Amino acid sequence: MGLALALENAGVPTVAIHTHVFARLAKSVAMANGMPTARQAYVPQPLVDKSAGDLRAYIEGVDPVSKRPFMQEIIEGLTSALSSADIKGLGFERSTPRLLPADSEDNLHRMFMENNWTDFLPIVLPTEERVEAMLKGTSQPRNKIVGRLRPTDFREDWEFDVEKVAVNAVMAGAKPEYLPVILAMASSGLTARSSSTTSFAAFGVVNGPIRNEIGMNSGIGAMGPYNHANMTIGRAWNLLSQNLQGGSTPGETYMGTLGNYFAISGCFAENEERSPWEPLHMRYGFKREESAVTVFRGGRYMQAGYGPRDDWEDKMRRSFAACEARQSPLIVMDPIVARLYEEKGFNKQKLIEWCAENARLPAKEYWNEMWVQTLIHPKAVAGVEPYASYLKAAPGEMLKLFSPGEIHIVVTGGETQGAWRIFEGVRMKDCTVSIDKWR
Amino acid sequence: MAGLLTVHDPRGYPPVVAGKRLAQRLESLNGKTVYLVDCLFDNSAVFMAQMREWFAQNLPQVKLKDIQPRESWVDDPDMRAKVAADGDAAILGVGL
Repeated sequence: MGLALALENAGVPTVAIHTHVFARLAKSVAMANGMPTARQAYVPQPLVDKSAGDLRAYIEGVDPVSKRPFMQEIIEGLTSALSSADIKGLGFERSTPRLLPADSEDNLHRMFMENNWTDFLPIVLPTEERVEAMLKGTSQPRNKIVGRLRPTDFREDWEFDVEKVAVNAVMAGAKPEYLPVILAMASSGLTARSSSTTSFAAFGVVNGPIRNEIGMNSGIGAMGPYNHANMTIGRAWNLLSQNLQGGSTPGETYMGTLGNYFAISGCFAENEERSPWEPLHMRYGFKREESAVTVFRGGRYMQAGYGPRDDWEDKMRRSFAACEARQSPLIVMDPIVARLYEEKGFNKQKLIEWCAENARLPAKEYWNEMWVQTLIHPKAVAGVEPYASYLKAAPGEMLKLFSPGEIHIVVTGGETQGAWRIFEGVRMKDCTVSIDKWR
Repeated sequence: MAGLLTVHDPRGYPPVVAGKRLAQRLESLNGKTVYLVDCLFDNSAVFMAQMREWFAQNLPQVKLKDIQPRESWVDDPDMRAKVAADGDAAILGVGL
């Protein structure tokens, strides 16, 4: 869609084809780009696994949105004379007021829910008094710009300041002392509410002294829902992501077909005191006495296990083979597991390197994965390594799935069980963020 | 007014949108070069191949060129420049 609009800007008449479920989204993207009449044509959903004959029938059939012959939409989209609306486009300024008109508590709760400003759980209304109290959690000025977010790459960035983050923190039920963590997550540039059809979510791992200062839980039940700070910080990041980026409304700014429970709240702390290894943030240049949060995109797959038992190597290989090939893993383990690996002679880096060496998939299966085909195959064709070499591999050749730099290990939990899990957790570039700068 | 609350708007600040015109349309596709842009989503290559066949059978006077961006979802200025330089029109499919 962004490409179609860019081509129009370059003077090339263009029609963009989508499947019909994207009609509202395509229209709103065109509108937000000042070209509301950009030509679109639609075919039925889905395309995946349809035969050439099926797809030909789409082409020879009717556009399910306009109800006109599909190819007529295409040809007229390139050849029909422009209207005055096509020539002018549509420019506009949208504003969001600082305060909403006064209303009753019940009406405001209803309004927030009807506008998709909540996660459909009860919220705390962001009154002026509550927001003022929240702002005491940081020394930063209320009008300082924190960052910009958007639901996906082809949409426009929305901007927000410290006060807007505080408003959403209040709604999530957070305390003022949590605000520096929430501001750090908001400043990361990673939205916790992507519009991706694949429903990935996002979650944060907190390191450093602030974990204990604000009472985060890295013991029993560390990954929830047994701690006020963990839960409300993660919830605040999700609420602010949807509200500060211009929405997360199904069919328009959210297209995840299955949704994701991580998108309610995803934040936990590393159990640095019980871990035998350096905490996560030190890998990215922070000192132990500094506080930082690392945000990950993912949460679609999860493998689980215990040990390491005698057959741990086979178990890990099987688990990695079940991961999505393009989405790197975050391994979360109880301190018992970390210490057992330590006794086996593995420090964290050595274990990461073992995982990178042993996380493999046969070439045939690798290249058959949808997102490998969509996103990796073009790179392989363009000669980007290691993918170009992967393309030449025999069907049974075992290809490495992840580099050591893509694999992360975090130690947390309450030592009631030697449990580990492998989550999809892709650390985005520069996404280990200082919390201290937001205090 | 007793019993009424004033609360903050939780939304961020949207950018100003500048209106942009569409490109001038063609009078006809006859003899024109139309780029078929495969957006690299799953099965879109098969779809665009069928599109090519449709044109060959129904509007053979249209010159078609196939092209793909460098990656899905990533802008490819080189590809855009090539389409703008060599093409009269473009059809993108399938996906956003």
